[in-house]
Amino acid sequence: MAASAHDAALALTRLGLGARPGEIARVAPDPRGWLTAQVRPQGAPQPPGDFPDSARRLDQLQDYRAAASRPATPPGPAAWAMPGVMPGAVDPAAEAQREARQAARRAIADDTDQAFLARARFAATTDDGFAERWALFWSNLFTVSLVKFDAGALADPFEREAIRPHVFGQFEDLALAAEQHPAMLFYLDQARSVGPDSPAGRRRSAGLNENLAREMMELHTVGVDGGYTQGDVTELARALTGWSTPNARDRDNGVTGAFLFRANVHEPGARTVMGKTYRQAGLAQGQAILRDLARNPATARRLSHRIAAHFVADDPPPALAARLERIWTRTGGDLSQVAQALIAAPEIWTPQPAKVKTPYEFVVSAHRALGVWPQRLPPLRQALIAMGQPPFSPPSPQGWPDAAGDWAGPDALVKRLDWSRAMAESARGADPVQTADQALGDRMSARTRQSVARAESRPEALALLFMSPEFQRR
Amino acid sequence: MTRFALDRRALLGGAAAGISLAFAGRVSALSPAARPKLVVLIARGAMDGLSVTPPYGDAAYVPLRGGLAVPPPGQPDGALPLGEGFGLHPALTGLHGLYGRGQLRFAPAVALPVRIRSHFEAQDVLENGAATLRRREDGWLNRAIAAAGGRPLKGLSIGAQTPLILRGDAAVSSWSPGSQVRPDDRLALRLQDLYADDPLLGPNLMRGLATETQAEASGDGSVRRNDARALGEAVARLMTGAEGADVVAVSLDGWDTHAGQKAQLQTRLTGLDQLTTGLMTALGDDWRRTLVVAATEFGRTARANGTQGTDHGTASSLLLAGGALKRGGPVGDWPTLAQGQLFEDRDLRPTLDIRSVFKGVLRDHMGIDRAALDTRVFPDSAAEAPVLAGLA
Repeated sequence: MAASAHDAALALTRLGLGARPGEIARVAPDPRGWLTAQVRPQGAPQPPGDFPDSARRLDQLQDYRAAASRPATPPGPAAWAMPGVMPGAVDPAAEAQREARQAARRAIADDTDQAFLARARFAATTDDGFAERWALFWSNLFTVSLVKFDAGALADPFEREAIRPHVFGQFEDLALAAEQHPAMLFYLDQARSVGPDSPAGRRRSAGLNENLAREMMELHTVGVDGGYTQGDVTELARALTGWSTPNARDRDNGVTGAFLFRANVHEPGARTVMGKTYRQAGLAQGQAILRDLARNPATARRLSHRIAAHFVADDPPPALAARLERIWTRTGGDLSQVAQALIAAPEIWTPQPAKVKTPYEFVVSAHRALGVWPQRLPPLRQALIAMGQPPFSPPSPQGWPDAAGDWAGPDALVKRLDWSRAMAESARGADPVQTADQALGDRMSARTRQSVARAESRPEALALLFMSPEFQRR
Repeated sequence: MTRFALDRRALLGGAAAGISLAFAGRVSALSPAARPKLVVLIARGAMDGLSVTPPYGDAAYVPLRGGLAVPPPGQPDGALPLGEGFGLHPALTGLHGLYGRGQLRFAPAVALPVRIRSHFEAQDVLENGAATLRRREDGWLNRAIAAAGGRPLKGLSIGAQTPLILRGDAAVSSWSPGSQVRPDDRLALRLQDLYADDPLLGPNLMRGLATETQAEASGDGSVRRNDARALGEAVARLMTGAEGADVVAVSLDGWDTHAGQKAQLQTRLTGLDQLTTGLMTALGDDWRRTLVVAATEFGRTARANGTQGTDHGTASSLLLAGGALKRGGPVGDWPTLAQGQLFEDRDLRPTLDIRSVFKGVLRDHMGIDRAALDTRVFPDSAAEAPVLAGLA
């Protein structure tokens, strides 16, 4: 029983989002079974709530763009003559336009905020912590970011539509869903890339943008050592021309959905990528290349290593990475099998925690420890910004970093301390010793137990719990 | 418009003229009040050198760049003149003011020792100072602290995450605005007990708290988001006084301008300019012994792409600013943008290894000797001599 209680604490922390009160006891009879039951063909659960899908989001973005591009009426002589409108004073037409633009922008941002809050609340309460961690891992591999406004507007639908349904399916299907999602097409500038020899490209001065093509190879599949050249990047960029999203006129013409292949901007002809020639026409060409990239052995190797590094140690045991790679290769990238292999790996069940929680994981796990969820977005957002992980906003296509050195620097720890104190102050009802037992179980060190027990106040005890080495790590 | 003969010969001055030493002897032997200060700004995402220091005198510039070309000085939104056919992006008004005082120089065509167009691999090399890919997991600025010897220089990075350039054996701190922690409070003391055996959390929290104390003492640490000038001033305050930081690393994101480049660069460069202006203003007298280096992982394609942007390229510009700088021209040769001169028929060709500039800065400004630079700070770099013409 003691062994399985320890395994339960490990399962809930290393592969989950931290234990809620009572959860260790509930999981203890069968920690592995608790994990494997979360690997479901339909993917990871959706955070509850009614949020706009991509098609609706594209409508909202079009409203915003229309408001942004409508030319303001220049103040003519009549305007100058109007009583109360002086040179340099506010032009009512321009002011109205500015307000309309801001309102459209705010509507989008508010929805994204609410979706993020719903996701954090779900993380704080779900019984399927592993499925959620697994989904967040793949969402971070296929990063999109609010750093670009239109991509950010689609960050929540991206996770719901492209990531969560596919995280326990074949990797190539996940990759196709992610790369064809409008969030990705906006984020990596694919939506506007034009084949120079396509019908549209010949008419106007527009051309290739190779951003998505490069990151598809470097970050999403084979990796920088995957054996491709600059020539392969450009060829893939040509093959991807036409991958786009519908605009207002397309909608009026009856296009539904959020992905649109524009045949008139697709670069005609066969493409050769990494030594293989693709003669497909249109959309099928880029899809065929992407499927091959997804099935490439370099992809299996790289992503297996990355999984091991995320769940076990910054510098993961080579045997674990090799085992995941074998399963990946044998199953053609069946992510449910890879997940089951991870759960079964002995390296998961060693006591020493080697990973520092990301700010999001830390904040979520503290809420779980107290059995509460984040009430409001602003303090949550402030905390995540301060600790270096603002909502939906990874700084680059590489996504959030994943090593202790990235998250536990001097300033980051000061910010974690800051937040822990505030969080502890807000949780005056909680019994610290009990909370620590329920959250850490057998993972708790004698030193932390003593420190929490000897604190001079409840808030101090809780803050010490949150900042303790074993709570900071997983 | 005036035609410039912007050719290789015109710009030999910088690299060939050699260097005047700022300090004889070890920096670490100097009293804190006399130590040189170094700020490294890392523009992440590949900053477009051809917009930062537009070579408007190069006849191929406008044909390659089209609407993305910065117009020559005197035209609407035109470049601010730097002489020899180069200008400065019009958003960089503060830096241009420094140029007028002889406190700004630039290297127009620097690149890493490896040819790679991955942001992430390239940023690693930019920061770890290696000669090849994936060699080191610590940063050259951190190793420079060790190489300086004596009383350790104080290293500081800005932001929650310590960038690779400052990671390593030498203890460094980090800071960002917005903390309410009081370093002397009970909880912080209790935590130091709790972290007694933790080699990561213990030392890092202690350093973070010490820096926070300093920030509290030097003024209010509140900086509004996106207020680059106020951030520059706050950083400057952490660099002054006996406990002030000697070497500082700041990351600036958002330079990956694949589409809509003009507007993005206007914003980013305005931020860079304000940050530097804030540093200069708040450093006061210390500005005299400060050098700011702004570098990026690689440049962007010489031609505009199909979406009013540019893709990943090779050589880019590097900026040097500071009161410790001596007046001088461009550092390194200009390869020209002429047909046949472009690297792989697409990018500005590098004429100078970026490590040579860093080594020049570390030798002449920070007083680190050549042998240490060649082997420890920048391993296997003996072939790349330090260059930098003129420090005060």
